[in-house]
Amino acid sequence: MAFENLTDRLSKALKNLTGKGKIHEEDLQASLREIRLALLEADVSYATVKKFIANIKEKAKGAEILDGLNAPQQVVKIVNDELTALMGEEAAPLNKSEKIPTVIMMAGLQGAGKTTTVAKLAYKLKKEDKARPLMIAADVYRPAAIDQLEVLGKDLDIPVFSEGTDVDPREIVKHGLKEAKANKNDYVFIDTAGRLQIDEELMTELKDIATIASPDEILLTVDAMTGQNATETAQGFSDALDLTGVVLTKLDGDTRGGAALSIRDVTGKPIKFVGQGEKPTDLDVFYPDRMASRILGMGDMLTFIEKAQKEVDEKKQAEQLEKMRQNTFDFNDFVDQLKQVQNMGPMEDLMKMIPGMAGNPALQNLSIDPKTFTHMEAIVSSMTKQERENPDLLNPSRRRRLAAGAGRPIVEVNKMIKQFDQMKKMMNQATKGNFSGMEQMMGGAGMDMSSMMGGQGMPGGNFGQKVQNFAMKQAARKMKKMKKKRGKK
Amino acid sequence: MGLFDRFKKNKKQEAEAALSPEEAEVVEPTDYATDATEADESAAEEALGAELTEATDATDAATSDRDSEAKAAEDAKAEGEADSSSKSERAVYEKGLTQSRKGFAERFNRFLANFRSVDEDFFEELEDTLIGADLGFDLAISISNQVREEVKLENVKDPQEIRELIIRLMVASYEKQGEQEDQSMHFAKNGEPTVILFVGVNGVGKTTTVGKMAKRYKDQGKSIMLAAADTFRAGAVKQLQEWGDRADVPVVAGPEKADPASVVYQAVEKAKAEGTDILFVDTAGRLQNNVNLMQELAKMNRVIQKVLPEAPQEVLLVLDATTGQNALQQAKLFKDSSEVTGLVLTKMDGTAKGGIVFAIRDQLHLPVKWIGFGEKAEDLRVFSAEDFVFGLFKDLVNP
Repeated sequence: MAFENLTDRLSKALKNLTGKGKIHEEDLQASLREIRLALLEADVSYATVKKFIANIKEKAKGAEILDGLNAPQQVVKIVNDELTALMGEEAAPLNKSEKIPTVIMMAGLQGAGKTTTVAKLAYKLKKEDKARPLMIAADVYRPAAIDQLEVLGKDLDIPVFSEGTDVDPREIVKHGLKEAKANKNDYVFIDTAGRLQIDEELMTELKDIATIASPDEILLTVDAMTGQNATETAQGFSDALDLTGVVLTKLDGDTRGGAALSIRDVTGKPIKFVGQGEKPTDLDVFYPDRMASRILGMGDMLTFIEKAQKEVDEKKQAEQLEKMRQNTFDFNDFVDQLKQVQNMGPMEDLMKMIPGMAGNPALQNLSIDPKTFTHMEAIVSSMTKQERENPDLLNPSRRRRLAAGAGRPIVEVNKMIKQFDQMKKMMNQATKGNFSGMEQMMGGAGMDMSSMMGGQGMPGGNFGQKVQNFAMKQAARKMKKMKKKRGKK
Repeated sequence: MGLFDRFKKNKKQEAEAALSPEEAEVVEPTDYATDATEADESAAEEALGAELTEATDATDAATSDRDSEAKAAEDAKAEGEADSSSKSERAVYEKGLTQSRKGFAERFNRFLANFRSVDEDFFEELEDTLIGADLGFDLAISISNQVREEVKLENVKDPQEIRELIIRLMVASYEKQGEQEDQSMHFAKNGEPTVILFVGVNGVGKTTTVGKMAKRYKDQGKSIMLAAADTFRAGAVKQLQEWGDRADVPVVAGPEKADPASVVYQAVEKAKAEGTDILFVDTAGRLQNNVNLMQELAKMNRVIQKVLPEAPQEVLLVLDATTGQNALQQAKLFKDSSEVTGLVLTKMDGTAKGGIVFAIRDQLHLPVKWIGFGEKAEDLRVFSAEDFVFGLFKDLVNP
């Protein structure tokens, strides 16, 4: 996932400040230089960096007077706040027109991911808001661009309006909008051709389309891997069009993601969505505050929890909880649990959302084999009904049979059973209100986490602990806030 | 003669040409010939350069592949004199790099306008300026350190001198890092089809590059085949087929969502059976940190080698010139999974930076073989370091 390197460097930069009661001028200076270099290295535009550093410097100096005791944490907080401010304070929702249709137009360079984003966004609205979108294919230049949108439309069952490549895009948009009106589509997406911000002819075309369609949203699509040029691109498009927001794509790469930081600064427009994957569902709302925590290596508990809520079947969960309490948690439930976790996305990504995990050196080159889960499932599938319900039956001879049945080495079978036992014990304790078991799991066994976390501890010892505590507290606060909000409704 | 000196000489020529056009016209062609000998040792496309290299610089040519060079020289002849003339090539680079040059020069001039004295702030500014040009973090720091030393040693105070010093150091480090690079395209020697594999992240322009390059080689009289191994992205096969129609070359495609390796296998078999000269394989875009997709790439490599043990002769990593430091990461990881032999830098006309070329050479030692300046087929050019440097810095150095 993006940002890890940036996270790493920023943590190091802030480390200088820990262990001292008060921030000294030189320490702060050194840390700021490190932060500056880290941001520049992450492709944040140099003008943005300058501003950012100046702001932190000023606030950090003020902070010293306010609260000398807690200085390092104070600086972490300032950096966190500034990062959030830099990316825009709050998540920006999609503009909606008062009467249908809401028109959303895309703009961007070639290969930024406009067409893919159109399909993802239309699918998201269709799925979450039961919308009836129409996609207009107005890219008449790139070979087969229209085909691409049509295929996507067919796969996702979303209608596409196209008139081939011989018609002027302006006309296509006109006709498309008419069609949308006739069919009472509530959202219309206009997929435009990629173009350079300096290409006057094509930029004029874009302006004309904007005049014709008077869109409620003009989303600039930007590749998260863009370097220093992001400033020029954003400026160019922002000068020509009345941009309303930005979509950042390809954030699932290992880019340091500096573009996310500078683009908002340059355009003054919020980043509304981020694309992080190839599947049509891989488009997420952009939360600046969560992203800031993630960048600082403080994890992103909120997204983690939301993901869990989305994927986890609550009824099943309650059943399992009941079972745990009665200590009848068996292998069937174990597999269910695994599946639910799997649905939440790649393990590596999930891990990094947990506070303190992102900078953990043990996780640096981690890639959990997605097949691990499949293998575990295979082993469980090789069990008889009785064995599944009563794990105590599993003697060595039965275990050998399981290994042969699943096609896995016997050590793996043993390991899995051990993990299962630990999980059961831990859950039993947890449901009885004894949370020390949780810590044991973190330090000891449980899934593949054992090797990753055993002995390694949290990053940077004392410092990591501090950041983590801070992040934990913050996450708890936010969760309380959300609960309150929900309660009001 | 170093690259920087040649660069200055070119600049001088241009200045002279501007002053007295007739005279310069007489001087230039002969001058150009000697230039080309040194500059284009490995740029096999240039007929003139290649021939002269063979003749005068036989020992030096040892690094580059003789066979392919001779072959390429023939091709280039067919291509016609006009295209291989370095002068027009330079013009293309100049035009294509307008954005970058303007951006670079502007940044530099702004930087030097603030120049008062050489102090820590100055070096901090210098670092920012260099990084701002996408030069890369390490290289920027290294150049800034070199400047620091030289300035101290020679006690430079004049902004003009400092500017020249910085550019000289950049060009020198660029040249030094590139000494071992083999920039030529490699072709199969035994009459079997040459396989060229295109890899890269999403949206960098792989398919477009395949289309353009296919047309170029087709025009040189080669028999070409395209393999549409991007079975993932919607419409990708159609896109390649369209390019195939334009260049009038056959395209091998499999069913939708087929294993790309199976398409590659079919294509390689077919190319072998039909005695095709060059097979271009267009693969799906993949992010370099996606382990599974990178393994898929390795599989394609294995499948090709099953049929043609010598292939693929070239694995070209396509990079978007607007990409920042992540380009280095891309190159590193793609190199690990498939033996990348060279780079294609696309969308160069759209970036106001261009420093990424320096960073790539400094860190990776992967030769940039092609460079794309625009949407048309002829906008894809063989990369020439000299023309690139000239196109980028020409406004910054006085003759």
